[in-house]
Amino acid sequence: MSAITITGLTKKYGTVTAVDNLNLNIGEGELFALLGMNGAGKTTTIKMLSCLIQPTDGDAVLLGDSIRNNPNAVKQKINISPQETAVAPNLTVLENLELIAGIYGQSRENSKKSARELSTRFGLDDVLGKKTKTLSGGMQRRLSIAMALISKPQILFIDEPTVGLDVLARRTLWASIRQLRKQVTIILTTHYLEEVEALADRIGVMTKGRLAAVGTTAELIGQTGAENLEDAFVSISGGVL
Amino acid sequence: MKMFLFAKRNTKEILRDPINLFFGLGFPLVLLFMFNIIDSAIPAEANNAMFSIEKTAPGVAAFGTAFFALFSGMLLAKDRTTSFLMRLFASPMTARDFIFGYSLPLLAMAAIQGSITFLAAALIGLPLSVNTLLAILILLPTAILFVGMGLLCGSLLNDKAVGGICGALLTNIAGWFSGVWIPLDLIGGVFKQVANVLPFYHGVEAAKAAVSGNFTGIMPHFAIVLAYAAVFYALAVFAFRRKMLGHQA
Repeated sequence: MSAITITGLTKKYGTVTAVDNLNLNIGEGELFALLGMNGAGKTTTIKMLSCLIQPTDGDAVLLGDSIRNNPNAVKQKINISPQETAVAPNLTVLENLELIAGIYGQSRENSKKSARELSTRFGLDDVLGKKTKTLSGGMQRRLSIAMALISKPQILFIDEPTVGLDVLARRTLWASIRQLRKQVTIILTTHYLEEVEALADRIGVMTKGRLAAVGTTAELIGQTGAENLEDAFVSISGGVL
Repeated sequence: MKMFLFAKRNTKEILRDPINLFFGLGFPLVLLFMFNIIDSAIPAEANNAMFSIEKTAPGVAAFGTAFFALFSGMLLAKDRTTSFLMRLFASPMTARDFIFGYSLPLLAMAAIQGSITFLAAALIGLPLSVNTLLAILILLPTAILFVGMGLLCGSLLNDKAVGGICGALLTNIAGWFSGVWIPLDLIGGVFKQVANVLPFYHGVEAAKAAVSGNFTGIMPHFAIVLAYAAVFYALAVFAFRRKMLGHQA
């Protein structure tokens, strides 16, 4: 069953078309990676799907609700972990988690319970009382995803989660994301091909606002006749091999 | 509920920054004691009440609210640039939750800041009365004006630009043109005319009138402050809502 059905989704800024007639189905529990060069339209797509910006044309239906006609219902089912860490710097880890839980309607008691559960799941127990501005980049990213999950979303958007992280922090975060597979539908944008290979069920490659190819790693390699995903990506994106 | 949760977060975010505490609370008190030293240095036979506590206390209390433009602007701009606001925009929070969530803590802080300034002034010799409470209420539209200016800048600019405009520029303009640092009659001319057009001087004069019990003297100044506050707050709400709807994402 489809968690997300995207039909003709388009976003224009003046004469610039950031996303051009996107059509795509993403299944429930799937981890779908959106790949693309800078400016390919990945973040704009995520922003439209998470009701942050309105499409110029087209629509997307998320678990039965349209982003155009019923954005408030969509917002109850989704959450987002933005490109930047997006945490409140002078609040503690626990306060950040409880804040988001409360905003999504959880009682004070449930917020505390959810915060404890998520902090354990993401290895944040030892830093619960620390202000988030004192945490390492990797810890902040983990907190960011934990904050996105505390509302128990059915669909989670993760925008470039490992930018600027060292190898160890990246691998730890991958492990956290892997835990979520099949439980939550995840749309992940990234520049890192090894991240896609490690995590994604299917991949969509965007080029100049258009969805140029969709498939599993093996399918994309097969479609392009390339030797590996990187070559397949370069070939689909119109680069030089 | 969401509004109050967000307001609580904003309160913590502001109060846990020691620089905010210094400018919000410490600087008006420093200014108050400096004026008191100047006043003490003026010989009694000069018969000059320019820096008397009855005049400087309401002025400093009104001027102190200028820092709330910096607080609100920086908070909003940082929330935007760190994508914290993007996270919240994707939540079921409404525009009203955001606007009041940002504004209410600052207005409460303005009332507390004004109260502390008048209490400190009382230690120096300002007689406290019901008029003092009225003066604190009279300060609130001035605080709304500055919060509106801050939210407007925070909606449109990054935190560095907000720091420059709401910190250095606005506090200087408010300081000079309010007549708090130097009485406007000493300068006169075009400077005084410009000060009369701007709201800062009127905010101070309304507070002074309240403290002195000159109730008929409050409204002419207060009305100007109210008008400015309404315009800037409306502009801030408009700019914020546009940002929220993704027009300039």
